[in-house]
Amino acid sequence: MRVLYFAWVRERVGKAEESIEPPAGVVTVGDLMSWLAARDEQSAYAFENANVIRAAIDHRHVRPDAPIKGASEIAFFPPMTGG
Amino acid sequence: MTVTIRLQRETIDAASVAATMIRGDDGIGAVVTFTGICRSDENGQPIAALTLEHYPGMVEAEIARHVEEACQRWPILNVTIIHRYGRIMPGEVIVLVATASSHREAAFAAASFLMDYLKTRAPFWKQVESAEGTAWVDAKATDDAAAERWSASRPRQRAK
Repeated sequence: MRVLYFAWVRERVGKAEESIEPPAGVVTVGDLMSWLAARDEQSAYAFENANVIRAAIDHRHVRPDAPIKGASEIAFFPPMTGG
Repeated sequence: MTVTIRLQRETIDAASVAATMIRGDDGIGAVVTFTGICRSDENGQPIAALTLEHYPGMVEAEIARHVEEACQRWPILNVTIIHRYGRIMPGEVIVLVATASSHREAAFAAASFLMDYLKTRAPFWKQVESAEGTAWVDAKATDDAAAERWSASRPRQRAK
């Protein structure tokens, strides 16, 4: 699946997007954040306050307990500040 | 029912958008245009410019979902939302929300509703440039509260 990062999450991870294949034990969006955070120092920094990070699956806002099965695009970003 | 949702780098001419909306439908009795402008300060600190990052694809989808909800709540004839991205200077327009209806109440309410959701649900992020460098703007609790008040009164079903 494709993972996208925006704003300061993107800056901290050090890339705008990547392609990943998480193991079977990674079931929810929250699991995915923990799995990503455990990969390296930059990702750990990006996800250190996972409760403030918002997520979307295939262009829809989702909560951390949302299952990632079947998702083609998952995005992580800070609370939005448009308008 | 006409819906226009546009993302662009270029500046926005609110007057010409409103004029186009009115020309398209003689049942329109009220047009409300909200124009959001880039201030010259953020939290009391002067800023040089603002840069808006967005999530292409999701922005349009998310705004469209809220427009759909607005149209279920109020008898709207036309909605036009134009949001800029990229670098924006103080004094320039950031966003335009224009709603048209037969009467003013629906147009006012729908514009306010859409603006509140744009601020908290549409995937945009503002970064300010100042003498100290660049910084991401923090989300405001007051914006969340403004969006939250609409969910207290979920849609009354309207006869089509």
